Amino acid sequence: MVAVAARTSRVTGRRFRSVTLGVLGLFGFAVALEVAPRIGVVPIDFAPPTSQILVALGEQFGESSFWTALLQTLRTWAIGLAIAMVAGIVIGVLLGSLPIVRAATATTIEFLRPIPSVALIPLVIVLYGPTVKSTLVLVVYAAFWQMLIQVVHGVADVDPVARDTALAFRLSPWARVRYVVWPTALPYVITGFRLAASVALILTITGELVIGSPGIGKEIDNAQQSNAVRTVYALIVVTGILGVLANLLTRLVERKVLSWHPSTRAEEVTVA
Amino acid sequence: MLEVKNLHKVYDGHGRRVTAVGDLTFSVPEGQFACVVGPSGCGKTTLLRVMAGLLPATSGEVRVQDTPVTAPPPGLAVVFQEYGRSLFPWLRVRENVELPLKAQGMARAERRELATEALAAVGLADAHSAYPWQLSGGMQQRVAIARAIAYQPRVLLMDEPFAAVDAQTRADLEDLVRSVWKQFGVTLLFVTHDIDEAVYLGQRVIVLSASPTTVAQDLTIDLPAERDQLTTRADPRFTELRGQVYARIQKVKAPASEGAPA
Repeated sequence: MVAVAARTSRVTGRRFRSVTLGVLGLFGFAVALEVAPRIGVVPIDFAPPTSQILVALGEQFGESSFWTALLQTLRTWAIGLAIAMVAGIVIGVLLGSLPIVRAATATTIEFLRPIPSVALIPLVIVLYGPTVKSTLVLVVYAAFWQMLIQVVHGVADVDPVARDTALAFRLSPWARVRYVVWPTALPYVITGFRLAASVALILTITGELVIGSPGIGKEIDNAQQSNAVRTVYALIVVTGILGVLANLLTRLVERKVLSWHPSTRAEEVTVA
Repeated sequence: MLEVKNLHKVYDGHGRRVTAVGDLTFSVPEGQFACVVGPSGCGKTTLLRVMAGLLPATSGEVRVQDTPVTAPPPGLAVVFQEYGRSLFPWLRVRENVELPLKAQGMARAERRELATEALAAVGLADAHSAYPWQLSGGMQQRVAIARAIAYQPRVLLMDEPFAAVDAQTRADLEDLVRSVWKQFGVTLLFVTHDIDEAVYLGQRVIVLSASPTTVAQDLTIDLPAERDQLTTRADPRFTELRGQVYARIQKVKAPASEGAPA
């Protein structure tokens, strides 16, 4: 127990140090951006100092239109991600479990996957106009591949002995997916979710900015049209914060769901 | 009971044909404890996988409870050598033991009772809520044995289950398997490469030849039913039987160069 406690405190110590360093780094970055425009390294009209960006951000917090836009962005992001997740998991498990289907679709997937989602913008505008639907298509398209690839790899990772065990104990195909394949694939699913979440955020903002569907991206475009440079930066900061929060949330879920996994096991105690 | 009739298995792949099992015939009557030994690479694991319905035979057949095996048969449980990979790390000990029963649709109370009984039988009554990876290797293999018992099989197959544990743990587990066999009255086929283990455990030892595998010798172990690590192993009869099996295996290891096997 003493050894475990010492190890735990060493781990938390390391975590504390990395958090401290991370905050210090961010602070240094903010200071650099404050100083650079003030000493004329970059033109102050196009790159306002940090303090002014923060003031603009504070102003945004006071406006209801900002909160409406934020909610719209979050909604598009969440819906797109949810569709991509479900589709990626269902299709990934099917492809991973049926080698013939996997072989038959591999080339098509390798062809479709590298197509940048933004290349679909002209198509979705023709189809749906400047609506949330258009943006959703881009988000789902981009996030889906991230999920799919991870799930297919995860399903392929099932240990042969674990598979034999499940077969020998006569688990039904559904029970094997539920109790063996899914837990094996779960670490991959969470990695896929993390990758998909960041890609989905990028495409949500891109769609709003380029297509003009409602949300933070559209607000950035509006601010730029009206030459409100500080507001543009303030809104960009908001998108960055969203990305960081999504990552933190994923790690939290990861630690909770994968407590049994070697990468997250808090302690490895031998009872006897 | 368990019957193997003219079993033949050829692995076909990459332009190479490897005969793993030549022509194997034997049967294990209801309730018997039979050990299978043979030189390494003699197709012991292949035999076990065919019996468990995990691998199709090339020709011949295996019957469990008078039914030909084409898929994993009901009433048959397997304990694998690689306990660490056979137990599911995402399930606690009790959940691992209960999973096959849960998948059968057995009611919660009933499977809980069976799991409790099985875990008590292997001496792990206190480890229900641990994860397998928190236990030592020997304890993990006990969990795998408990899972097999809770499944209430008529036939229990064990594939070199103690090959990866240390000698002292191994002795304990051997006695555990004897007591489990007596308590639950299963037909037990125990595959091992360890001659001492085979003679110590079984009522009967089936010696396999080198690949292509046939039965080289079928030996009744007429040691007293009560086995003990100290007295049984010191019994002159144990030494004699062990010597017989050992000589036989040495002989079948190189049948081609030594002339035709007797």
